[in-house]
Amino acid sequence: MAPSPQLAAHGVPAAAPVYRSRYRIRRMGAIGSLTHYRMISQLIFGILLLVAVTLAAYNARRIIRNIRMGRPERRTDQPARRFRTMLLVAFGQRKMFKRPFAALLHGFVYLGFFIINIELLEITIDGLFGTHRAFGGLGSTYNVLIAILEWMAFAVLIGCVIFLARRNIAHLRRFSGREMTAWPKTDANLILFAEILLMIAFLTLNAADHQLQLLGAAPYSTAGSFPVSVWIQPLLPESIPALIFVERFAWWFHIAGVLAFMNYLPYSKHLHIVLAFPNTYFSNLDSPGRFANMSQVTREVKAMLDPAAVSESSDEALRFGAKDVTDLTWKNLLDAYTCTECGRCTAVCPANLTGKRLSPRKIMMDTRDRMVEAGNRGKHTEAGDEKSLLDDYITREELWACTTCNACVEACPVLINPLDIIMALRQYTVMEESQAPATLNTMFSNIENNGAPWKYAQADRANWR
Amino acid sequence: MAELAARNEVPDILFWVGCAGSFDARAQRITRAICRILHHVDLRFAILGTEEGCTGDPAKRAGNEFLFQLQAIANIDTLNGYGIRKIVTGCPHCFNTLKNEYPDLGGHYEVIHHTQLIQQLIDAGKLVAANGESFRGKRITYHDPCYLGRGNGVYEAPRKVLEHLDAQLVEMRRCRSNGLCCGAGGAQLFKEPEAGNKEINVERVDEALETRPQVIAAACPFCMLMLRDGIKAREKETEVEVLDIAEVTARANGL
Repeated sequence: MAPSPQLAAHGVPAAAPVYRSRYRIRRMGAIGSLTHYRMISQLIFGILLLVAVTLAAYNARRIIRNIRMGRPERRTDQPARRFRTMLLVAFGQRKMFKRPFAALLHGFVYLGFFIINIELLEITIDGLFGTHRAFGGLGSTYNVLIAILEWMAFAVLIGCVIFLARRNIAHLRRFSGREMTAWPKTDANLILFAEILLMIAFLTLNAADHQLQLLGAAPYSTAGSFPVSVWIQPLLPESIPALIFVERFAWWFHIAGVLAFMNYLPYSKHLHIVLAFPNTYFSNLDSPGRFANMSQVTREVKAMLDPAAVSESSDEALRFGAKDVTDLTWKNLLDAYTCTECGRCTAVCPANLTGKRLSPRKIMMDTRDRMVEAGNRGKHTEAGDEKSLLDDYITREELWACTTCNACVEACPVLINPLDIIMALRQYTVMEESQAPATLNTMFSNIENNGAPWKYAQADRANWR
Repeated sequence: MAELAARNEVPDILFWVGCAGSFDARAQRITRAICRILHHVDLRFAILGTEEGCTGDPAKRAGNEFLFQLQAIANIDTLNGYGIRKIVTGCPHCFNTLKNEYPDLGGHYEVIHHTQLIQQLIDAGKLVAANGESFRGKRITYHDPCYLGRGNGVYEAPRKVLEHLDAQLVEMRRCRSNGLCCGAGGAQLFKEPEAGNKEINVERVDEALETRPQVIAAACPFCMLMLRDGIKAREKETEVEVLDIAEVTARANGL
């Protein structure tokens, strides 16, 4: 058989068919061990998948358990509107476009990961059933699919490299700050590195596979089109065993890497890739200016004004406001897990911009860290510890610097609300502890006594005429 | 309102003046401008006068939900007692609280901010900007109050008022949903700021000054106080005026 034009184009020596027959003979003798290898690898793959999925399920349960430490809040009304919000904001990335360049790069990575799930499905089938490129039978559709995947992988690679550069070379202000200590920075870099490695593995396995296809090595039947990985083909070894080793190594590295990544997520800031969807679905649909009225206070105020009208008093003696994560709502806690520490909130916070200690991102990170700590200590079973979100994590200085301007809420691409948490903590300090700043106490007593926050007589209200 | 009720009359609209508009000397000028506009278009309006009490906004934002709800329930009693249906406010904070936070507690009203009312009057041809000061070609930058803009999505009404005057509207870098707070919200006006390296109102005024404006337009008495303080800090009082949209409208109509 004459070398195909493709082969020649890729610099494969004309003598390749000779090598091929020689290896084929050698492999024929090892047919037993080949089947053996296949069975063992299927078994290893099955165990790997089982362990990874079990661990992921365990982590998911832990996350749900921690979120459930929060107080109840109804966020299931208007399902159609909620679904639409999720579609636009999470699926459609609508809020990302306030920063077009970041939106473009993030779009690469997002789309890339979305589409690469198709490839993961094929890899899983191949791994479990010992097939090779199980979807290869789709013919030209498959070729197009693989070509798209390769371009997407390339886009993800470019995106991640630029993201790394923005963080570590350009030092964007948004990625620094008091809360961005060593671990959050490492965490972000680890994720970007992992994504780069996974994409390189994917392209390498394709390149090796393609080369083996061209060499006619079994079971590498012709399937797929490889517009990006051809670029790295010249870097690969020439011999079939070496190529098979590269292909298998990249294949295993890729799938093991994906499974490891999946289980790293719950310990990282990267959960947004999953939680952005529920978080936008359950987001606040009201005007951001509307702060919910506390129903426990309404009950008490009504009882105060009309003691006769005291309805059946609810037996739950809930704390006013929040001192710890268990006083926050489950949505506040879901917000905290969803935060990916992008810092858009902090970058627009008027307090932070003028050098105050408040950073909305820190509010979210503190809430998450305290939630995980409280969850691990069994706070979900009322055991508890001595620490609390207020003071041990978030200081009063941070709380009182907030102007409630909603800039952080508006800025968040996944509809997290740091302001809600700030308000709950303020309510605790004022209503449970009476620890408002002195000047605010003056304002309160002015309102109580003269119906205005300033010390003017109520009788003078209309004196402007 | 009490006088109107005694005469068995019902106003077209209730003008909710607010604490700043009632007591602060500078904000009183905004209140008077709004009144002149209402008189000019022959809208029959009433004020609660001494029966008006703080909506409770600063108490609520400072975490004192008790005080907020006490104020709200007292105000709702008064408003419902007069059978009020429609309210115009001179302040985005009152606007937001009355519109969004009173319904839960039994206060259901149609609430609009004065910039929305002015825009409606212009659209209806009742305010034509004649016989007054010309704002044609004047460089005006508009500062979005948080509780009007981000809080309630009112971005266009105040801008349309300025465009109607053929003013040259120059936007700041951070405007509309990206607008920067003046620094007064969340009860900050009533306390000392936390330690930092700059005052928020000065940061905002610096940004406004980058647009080389002749007028900084505001739509909130608290923003007005903060912006004027910022302008003073930068010693630009003689070059740049800070005016409420209502004042600009009143002047343009010779009121």
